Amino acid sequence: MTAITQHTPDALLAAYAAGTLPPVFALVVATHISMCAECRAAYESHQAVGGALLDSASEATLSDGFKSNLMAQLDLPMDQVITRPAPQPTAKAKGIYPAPLMEVLKNKPPRWRSLGLGMKQAILNADEGGSLRLLHIPPGQAVPDHGHNGMELTLVLQGSFSDETGHFARGDLEVADEELEHTPVADGGEVCICLAATDAPLRFNSLMPRLFQPLFRI
Amino acid sequence: MSEKSDPPLPLPRNASMLIDSYDISGHSGTTGQNTALKRPVPALSSDTDVVKERPPVSPQPTDSPPPNGADLAPETRWMLAVRDQRDKAAFASLFDHFAPRLKGFIIRSGSAGAQAEEIVQDVMLTVWHKAEQFDPHRAQVSAWIYQIARNRQIDLHRKLGRPLPEELKEEPGQEPDASQIIAVQQETQQLKDALSRLAPNQRDMIEKAYLGELSHQAISTQTGLPLGTIKSRIRLGLERLRHDLKGMR
Ligand SMILES: [Zn+2]
Repeated sequence: MTAITQHTPDALLAAYAAGTLPPVFALVVATHISMCAECRAAYESHQAVGGALLDSASEATLSDGFKSNLMAQLDLPMDQVITRPAPQPTAKAKGIYPAPLMEVLKNKPPRWRSLGLGMKQAILNADEGGSLRLLHIPPGQAVPDHGHNGMELTLVLQGSFSDETGHFARGDLEVADEELEHTPVADGGEVCICLAATDAPLRFNSLMPRLFQPLFRI
Repeated sequence: MSEKSDPPLPLPRNASMLIDSYDISGHSGTTGQNTALKRPVPALSSDTDVVKERPPVSPQPTDSPPPNGADLAPETRWMLAVRDQRDKAAFASLFDHFAPRLKGFIIRSGSAGAQAEEIVQDVMLTVWHKAEQFDPHRAQVSAWIYQIARNRQIDLHRKLGRPLPEELKEEPGQEPDASQIIAVQQETQQLKDALSRLAPNQRDMIEKAYLGELSHQAISTQTGLPLGTIKSRIRLGLERLRHDLKGMR
C-alpha cells in the first residue's frame, strides 16, 4: 500500500472552501477530499483561515427584533424556517466511487458508452459550466494526445496511468493547465477508471482524435 | 499540497499539562454543571493522571454555560452546550458573538442589508440544527460557521448545492481529547495573529480570496496563504474518525 502522492493544490482548496471553484472542479475536489486525509486536513485549515477572518470581521448592526424573532424559531423544524434549504447529500460511497460522485451518479452505476479501442466514457455533465466525465481505459491504452484551453483535473479511481509528467494511481489528482500537452497511457494490470473535469474544450492534436471530439462531447 | 505527507506531529511535550489544567470530569466544585465537552461517554475521572492540581482560574462571567474547561474559548463552550444539551442560552451567546460579525462579513462579500440578514438567519439556524456536525477536535466554531455561511451564499445562487466531501463520523464511544481541542484553539489563535501582522494589501487579498471574490487562478498567483502548522494539527483530529482512508490502496 502506498500513499496518495499527487494532491490538490492549495489555491484550488481555498477556492473550493470560498465557493469560487467551477462546479465540475468542485466535484472533483470534493471527491478527492473524500479519499485523502491530507487534503481534508488542508481544506479544513482553509476553513480555519476563513473562520479567523470572520471572527475579526467588523460587526454590522442587526435590525430590531432580529434576535428575538430568530430565537422564537428554534423549536420549528429546519425546513420550515430556512427558505430553499440546500439539498443534503444522501449518497454513500460504493466500490471505487466516493460519496460525492455517487451523489452525481444518483446512486446508480455509470452509463458507459464505447469510444472505440476498448475505451468507454460516462458523461456526467456537459454544458457551458464545463465537462465532467468518467473514463474507462483498458491497460496499455493511450488517451488521444490532447491539450487544454483551460484546466483539466483528472482523479484516478481505479488502476493507474502515466504521462509526460508522472505516474498516477488511485486517489492521485493530476492538474493539467493550458501549457500541458499530454498523452496519458493506462498502465498494465487493471482497467484504469478516472474522473476528469475541464472548464473548456480539449484540443486534440491529430485527425483521428478530432473525429473523436463529438463523441467525447468535450 | 504537492509535498509529501507531513509526518504526524508529536503531541506537544506539555500535552499532559494541558489535560491537567482542564477539568473534563467536572469534579472540583462544579459537579453537575459541566456542560462543556459532555458527551454520552464515560468521563476521564478514573484516569489518575488527569486531574491533579488545577491552576488558579480567573472568575468566570455568570452567563451560560457554567464555568468549566477554563482553557476552552467561550465560543467552543457555548457550541458544545448547544450540541450536547440543546442549550438555548448558550445559543443566544453564540448569536451575540457571531451574528453581527456574520452580517458584516456577508455585506463585504456583496449581499446588501436585508438579504445579508436573511443569510445570517439561515446560517444561525443551521448552526442550531446541524450542531451535531461540529467537531472541536478539527475546527473552531468560527471555521465551521465560515463554511456554513459560504455554502449558504453559494447555494442561493446555484440550482445544485455545492458538492460536499463525504462526512466523517467519530468512532462510537470515543472520549473527547482535551489536549487536541486546546491545540486546535491555540493554532487558530496563531493563525489570527499571523493574519493581523500581514501588510494591509496582503491581508486585503486574502480577505478577497476567502470572501469568494477571487478565482482559483487569481488565488494561485498569490503566494503564502497563511496556513501555518494548523494543517498538521487538524490531521491529528482526523485520525480520531472512522474512515477507510488508511487502506485506500
Ligand atoms: Zn490529497
